[in-house]
Amino acid sequence: MTAAALQFENATLALGGRTVLSAVNLVIEEGEFIGVLGPNGAGKTTLLRAALGLVPPKSGTIKIMGQKATRGNPAVGYMPQVHGRSDGVRLTGFDFVASAAGGHRWGLPLLSPAERHDVERSLDMVGAGDLAKRSLSEMSGGERQRLLLCQALLGQPKLLLLDEPLISLDPKHQRGVVELVGRVQKELGIAVLFTAHELNPLLNVMDRVLYLAGGRAVLGRVDEVITGPVLSRLYGSRIEVVRLGGRIFVMVSEFDLGHEAHRHEHDGQHHDKGTKGSREHA
Amino acid sequence: MSTMGSTTTKAPKEAGSMLEYDFMRTAFLAGGIVAVTAGTVGYFLVLRGQTFAGHALAHVGFTGATGAVLIGASPLFGLVSFTVLAGIAMGILGEKLSSRDVAIGMILSLALGLGLLFLHFYTAYATQVTALLFGNVLGVDEKQLWTLGLLAVVSLLVLGIILRPLVFASLQPELAEAKGVSLRLVSIVFLMIVAVAVAECSQIVGVLLVFTLMVGPAAAAQRLTTHFAFGVGLAALLALAEAWGGIALAYWTDLPTSFWITCLSAAAYFASLSPQLWSRLRRLAEETAIPAIEKS
Repeated sequence: MTAAALQFENATLALGGRTVLSAVNLVIEEGEFIGVLGPNGAGKTTLLRAALGLVPPKSGTIKIMGQKATRGNPAVGYMPQVHGRSDGVRLTGFDFVASAAGGHRWGLPLLSPAERHDVERSLDMVGAGDLAKRSLSEMSGGERQRLLLCQALLGQPKLLLLDEPLISLDPKHQRGVVELVGRVQKELGIAVLFTAHELNPLLNVMDRVLYLAGGRAVLGRVDEVITGPVLSRLYGSRIEVVRLGGRIFVMVSEFDLGHEAHRHEHDGQHHDKGTKGSREHA
Repeated sequence: MSTMGSTTTKAPKEAGSMLEYDFMRTAFLAGGIVAVTAGTVGYFLVLRGQTFAGHALAHVGFTGATGAVLIGASPLFGLVSFTVLAGIAMGILGEKLSSRDVAIGMILSLALGLGLLFLHFYTAYATQVTALLFGNVLGVDEKQLWTLGLLAVVSLLVLGIILRPLVFASLQPELAEAKGVSLRLVSIVFLMIVAVAVAECSQIVGVLLVFTLMVGPAAAAQRLTTHFAFGVGLAALLALAEAWGGIALAYWTDLPTSFWITCLSAAAYFASLSPQLWSRLRRLAEETAIPAIEKS
């Protein structure tokens, strides 16, 4: 028996005195692909940061592979949201990825043979070999993202936490990223938590969905969780779920459905005033 | 290169004779030490997008230097202690500071204003203001040279110790934090190093022109190479060439050293941009359909 990749036991997460998620219980097994969904401010980023040991739980415990979650756990790979800083940087893709290999240690940034091998292995794995020699400042958002994934894979993690990899990508590139993460996840047999605003791009790859709203979390198969009754209970107001041609739309019933179908990623503003304003972008 | 009958006190100027003078040898040594430090530290300042911090620290240094003179201490001591303290403060305030440019601007103006006040009380010093604002590498004495050397060695050693987490935290702060790097500690120590480099630069090019040695060579180096190690080396080398070139040109022409250093720094930077400018011009030429003359 191996320990769960990620386990929350009655964990309550708070930011600046405000409770973001209360009494969350969940167990994510090794090798599972979990889509983390929910409106803005529902606590997706906070949940990832808690698993990284950056937000200690107010109560309860969080465990990674059976060990209490702490900063610097080599078993956890992390891909933060793309930030402004990396796009103006005139450095090669290789140097950018390499900065994360053993980057927490003091001294000069000289790679050991093992670290160099690790960088090359992860570049190959995400098919970024051609990006290694190019300058970061000349890459597209999608290409930079592949390098961020590369960094997350350094050190052979067992659990990969990906924060909004699809944000600001067009549908074609979104598909590319989802397929890439799905392939890497299967190849390595690791667990993945993938936060997203939209459910549909993840439908084909995820094993289960973790839905956050109204300070609570529900984990289960898509057909169990993404239903009118479950989401209505979570949001505390009436939600309808419509399945159409292999896609799923979550709608708020009091809005005119003929008028711009309100998908779940937009209705957060109207329905969880209580959780509004949380620091999604830390 | 005639000096047109200038009333210089310096002896005849031939390239070979330059190093026969003590003050010239000291100037070359001081300029070299400071340039290598500034170029190296500057590379990371540019990489982190914190060039404004370098500028701000220099302003604070002016207050420190004038204040030190007022109480009878050496200006270099005042410069270093004030810039280092300010560097620590900036590191502690961190991101809170970066969103308050008006507040920073006010504090900088206040710092310069205070410096002016100190000068007002110590009028005898007013003649040296130009040296403080625009540098005076030819006035460096042997004791200052040793101080500059010691400060350079210490700051580069400390930079070497924090280099790996510094690069990581500069490029990927969120990931670095998750991997156990203390962003604040790295930021504070780095800004202390920057503070020392700024104080050193002020001795050569003055507080107003610190940018020219800290940022110019580093920015040019990052344009010219995308390899990290080459970039750091090139930044240091460019800074060295600009500082030495400036001193030599000043010797030959009798014009201020700092003027020549800013010229060389700007020339290197704009030359580093030229491949892009060139290709843009060519594209423009092609678009305006100037028939190409084939010579074959």
